[in-house]
Amino acid sequence: MSVRMEKVGDTSMQLPLVNMSPGALLARLALLLIVVLWTIPTFGLFISSFRDKDLLAVSGWWTALSVTERGEAARTGTDEDQVEENGAWFIRGEVFPAGEKEVQAFGIRSTEPETWAPGESADLGDGMTLTVQADGRYELRSPVEFDMNRGRRIYFRAAVPPKFTLSNYEEILDTEGVDQAFINTFTVTIPATIIPIAIAAFAAYAFSWTEFPGRQLLFAVVVGLLVVPLQMSLIPLLRMYNQVSHILPFFEAKSYPGIWLAHAGFGLPLAIFLLRNYIAGLPKEIIESARIDGASHFQTFTRLILPLSMPALASFAIFQFLWVWNDLLVALVFLSKDPDQIVMTSQLRELLGSRGDNWEILTSSAFVSIVVPLVVFFALQRYFVRGLLAGSVKGG
Amino acid sequence: MERLLNAIVAIVFGVGLMLLYFYGSNWLLDRLLPDQGLVNGVFQSREKQRERIRPWLFVGPALVILGVYLVYPAVQTLFLSFHDSDGEAFVGLANYERALGDSRFVESIGNNILWLIFVPTFSVIFGLVIAVLADRVSWGNIAKSLIFMPMAISFVGASVIWKFVYAINPDIGLLNAIYTGGGNESIDVLQIPFWNSFFLMLILVWIQTGFAMVLLSAALRGVPEETLEAARIDGANEVQTFFRIMVPQIMGTIFVVWTTIVITVLKVFDIVLAMTNGNWNTQVMANLMFDQMFRAFDTGYASFLALVIMVAVVPIMVVNIRRMNREEAMR
Repeated sequence: MSVRMEKVGDTSMQLPLVNMSPGALLARLALLLIVVLWTIPTFGLFISSFRDKDLLAVSGWWTALSVTERGEAARTGTDEDQVEENGAWFIRGEVFPAGEKEVQAFGIRSTEPETWAPGESADLGDGMTLTVQADGRYELRSPVEFDMNRGRRIYFRAAVPPKFTLSNYEEILDTEGVDQAFINTFTVTIPATIIPIAIAAFAAYAFSWTEFPGRQLLFAVVVGLLVVPLQMSLIPLLRMYNQVSHILPFFEAKSYPGIWLAHAGFGLPLAIFLLRNYIAGLPKEIIESARIDGASHFQTFTRLILPLSMPALASFAIFQFLWVWNDLLVALVFLSKDPDQIVMTSQLRELLGSRGDNWEILTSSAFVSIVVPLVVFFALQRYFVRGLLAGSVKGG
Repeated sequence: MERLLNAIVAIVFGVGLMLLYFYGSNWLLDRLLPDQGLVNGVFQSREKQRERIRPWLFVGPALVILGVYLVYPAVQTLFLSFHDSDGEAFVGLANYERALGDSRFVESIGNNILWLIFVPTFSVIFGLVIAVLADRVSWGNIAKSLIFMPMAISFVGASVIWKFVYAINPDIGLLNAIYTGGGNESIDVLQIPFWNSFFLMLILVWIQTGFAMVLLSAALRGVPEETLEAARIDGANEVQTFFRIMVPQIMGTIFVVWTTIVITVLKVFDIVLAMTNGNWNTQVMANLMFDQMFRAFDTGYASFLALVIMVAVVPIMVVNIRRMNREEAMR
């Protein structure tokens, strides 16, 4: 122990990089490289989601902080805009709002957009000249009165400074139904987390601290159900839901209660298993003394067991919440793709299919869908890890 | 606003109904079987009767839900796998025979085997390397957080993230930006025969490495310092200590991580659906089953495929549950 401590102390007290052994330096660099590689994809999505959608497709997100150059076009005003000054006629305006970009060159044919430098006077023939300034202002000058009802085309190359915007987010929230999908996901996730936990907690208590015939056998069956992958359930459940919806007019095959119960069913074996292990491990004396004081099983459970089991309940809750939030398969089977039922993962997959080239929509939608798990992750990391470790064998 | 309100109403309704059951049924039990007070001078309590019934009120909902959502469907799936596409006519082993001649099925099995070999292996190796390295640096915890983060992201979300790495357009796809930077034509990595599956696997490795790292890191911390010191005194270098002393002692955890990732791999579906939908020879079992269920509407064959997944998963799960039970017994 002591040997190791000294070593660590040595390197960190003095100039770390100079005194480090080549091996230690290499190890650090390797770790740094791995971390960078691991983070880059998510980071790229994050940056992209704040980039202007026109820039997104013409320059990589890794250039987001540098100036981008691209060709653009604009049209001058018409003869209605002209003014007469000192015997000549002028049409003035700007090819883009001043200061937004910088003109680097301009021209009047799409094939030759870089004929003149900004500030130069372009001779258009018949004494007519065009000047475009770097800041985007242009001036069309003619010795005779203009007679044109359409503006002249100006082609130019512009340097676009880095620009970050929330417009991608505004767009998906306004037009792509992502806000609704976000609410829908909560509508699925919250009950699909609370319902199985409550049901499992009651069952776990009964399996631990009450006597009833078949207790051991039933618990063994519950544990046995851990091995059933949920794929085994989908087809019969879908058929059952359809049949029931034909018989009972108020029950729809695709509904929120339907998916809550499905998630509850798929989560229950693990929830009961984990909670029973925890609740059965609570001190026997406490529970027995409560019973002797005349508390019923119901009172013992609600007033004693529930508060004592909070750590286990919280861990499983986080796991189940993330599992349901990130689920795609169950949502595809038990919910429709209508706007009032579609969840974020399903919406995202639809966008991948139909709007695969609209990168700005994909980025911001993806980020909206992963922001909730990420917040849970960074805020509750310790519980998150515990829940994940406990739940990682779920038969999902 | 109205939509938010609807959502809140639905949530309160769902959760409330369940709570109402538990409180209501217990209240009802107390009402129906009340203590009868003094009868012939003796206090007649019906406590015993009530407490005999109450456990059933507790386990009742769990048993009903498990029966309806897992037991019945599992049996039914087995039953349906012997039936035709409508699930009506008995066809014997036709679905099983059909699978043998189905190139998509054979392709899926092959790909699943590749996934099963590579994803757990690389996740464990990366996880182990990172766990070892991160324990030696002051910023190790930050490094671990960042590596673990993908674990919080959905498979579909991860697919979108990686679309931005794999995209053909070199101004979107990082990989092609680097590739074309070397003077090459940009390529669609998801269409390269055989290797495209590996680009999909990489996404899952990216997600699962954090999981492996967290478990292995905890296990490494449990390795007794004396054994490491003894090895160093005997002149072992870092690499030898790692392979001969540390790895053997955490073999149990490596096995746990391995099997857990194997189960995840067997059920991988979202990534393939979102990235290629099984095209260009990237099909896997879980996606093929989904495809048969929702696009071909072949109930019998889809049931058979579900059964194949189940058969693959069961032995691993049995081992895992045995281990979990053993650990619980030791606590």
